[in-house]
Amino acid sequence: MNPAGTGNESLSAADQQRIDQARQGHWRPLPLIRSRHWRWIINLSVLLYIVLAWLSVDVNWSRVAQGMERGQEFVASFLQPDFTSRGGEILTGLWESLTMTFTATVIGVALAVPVGLGAARNIAPLPVYFFCRGIIAISRTFQEIIIAILFVTMFGFGPLAGVITLAFATIGFMAKLLAEDIEDTQKEPLEAIRATGGGWLQWINYSVQPQVMPRLIGLSLYRLDINFRESAVIGIVGAGGIGATLNTSINRYDYDTSAAILLLIIVIVLMSEYLSGYVRKWTQ
Amino acid sequence: MPVKHVNNVPVWQRREPIRQYAIWAGWMLGGMLFLLCWKVISDNTIWEFMSDAGTQAGSLIGRMIPPDWSITGSLMMPLWDTINIATVGTALGILIAFPLAFLAARNTTPHPALRAVALGIIVSSRSINALIWAMLLVTIVGPGIFAGMLAIALRSIGFVGKLLYEAIEEIHPTPVEAMSSTGAARTQVLAYAVWPQIMPAFAGISVYRWDINIREATTLGLVGAGGIGLQMNAAINNLAWAQVATVFVLIFVTVVVSEWVSAKVRHAVI
Repeated sequence: MNPAGTGNESLSAADQQRIDQARQGHWRPLPLIRSRHWRWIINLSVLLYIVLAWLSVDVNWSRVAQGMERGQEFVASFLQPDFTSRGGEILTGLWESLTMTFTATVIGVALAVPVGLGAARNIAPLPVYFFCRGIIAISRTFQEIIIAILFVTMFGFGPLAGVITLAFATIGFMAKLLAEDIEDTQKEPLEAIRATGGGWLQWINYSVQPQVMPRLIGLSLYRLDINFRESAVIGIVGAGGIGATLNTSINRYDYDTSAAILLLIIVIVLMSEYLSGYVRKWTQ
Repeated sequence: MPVKHVNNVPVWQRREPIRQYAIWAGWMLGGMLFLLCWKVISDNTIWEFMSDAGTQAGSLIGRMIPPDWSITGSLMMPLWDTINIATVGTALGILIAFPLAFLAARNTTPHPALRAVALGIIVSSRSINALIWAMLLVTIVGPGIFAGMLAIALRSIGFVGKLLYEAIEEIHPTPVEAMSSTGAARTQVLAYAVWPQIMPAFAGISVYRWDINIREATTLGLVGAGGIGLQMNAAINNLAWAQVATVFVLIFVTVVVSEWVSAKVRHAVI
């Protein structure tokens, strides 16, 4: 827009019209996209996409109508969750999930630190940088469940495959965010330690580490939370944890137990979120 | 300044002794907890399976290479389904999350009780993975793309809702006050004072969630909710690892492209 007082000649006809209308009391906000052609093209292509996407969905409405009854049952079961009749299995699953979460987060963070250092452009040489970025890309692209399938095939059923899966996923997540944080550090402390003749480890320990530590702690706690949520899923493919129990209960249409498990997951996630918020406030 | 005297010579210390001991105790406890957890895992693991893990991994990778490119053509339709699940699911999720965020934000909520309900919905949706939603929905609406779209939508509500209501709570109050003082109605204040401030965040969050949803949609087929995951599941069950490798490559390419698009759009709006 033109600043006021530079003369109206440079205003386009459309803008002039808008101003005249506004003076008569018919003001409208500026459109998001200035060009009318582009607005039309975008609207039309969105419409076209919706039609195309809708064509690819074939909803079997009679099946949905049948399922509605089950849906109501499921919603109702949230009001009367059944914690007791499968109580033993729920407890074992939950305990396994929690141990898997903690172990995997510790291992994952420990491995993510060197990868993160290697993936930070300002401290790593180019070949190391590309290698570490490659690890991050692979770990981030594939969902935990896909990785879990592979690790279950390699290491057999059980929580160990789950721990390795979660640790692998943690590496990609933590290393990427850590590397970005290292790239954002102030470079004066790095130069200062260099200038005193500190070795590589001293350099990292005294110039980089203090700058990224609060964020590293915050991210680790966040990842702990994510790992717990994921541990509820990878059990579906046999990688241990509460997921297996949940899967069984859903397949048996035992919604009262499923609701109990889901409620427990929600409560634990809420608690850990509250806790990590508290710790983050304390570290920063 | 914490100082330790060694042979009557003061030596600088980074921390006071008590603080130093507390930190050591913290590490000690953490280490013990880790070992305890590791013992639980180890007890539940059949270590005999582990002994040949290296051979297993080697033969698995051996059977994956080279990928079976002949099935690429037949994977295009499932890939299109996957993208539709993610896109339509995200759109549905945003439609529900948008009003929910206004109910959940402290400064725009009409009533504290409504705020509590909205926060409850957001937390429940966020805590439960799309795959679990999909498992439930498959038993309710039947297997297929529709269940996948609903699962993605249900999961997105919490994510978009949370980030959006935080953005709404962080707006500048001045434009809101200015609008209110002109006698604008509540909806007008929302439209002209709140919405322009959160629009960039909203666009960024939506595209970010779409990018995550593409990734999640690739796996929904494992529980029967349509998309390329169905083909992957079938190939895994047939132990046709060369075909599985092709699916992996396709997923990788799709995810990289969607991440690139999302990064471009977020860069443009923020």
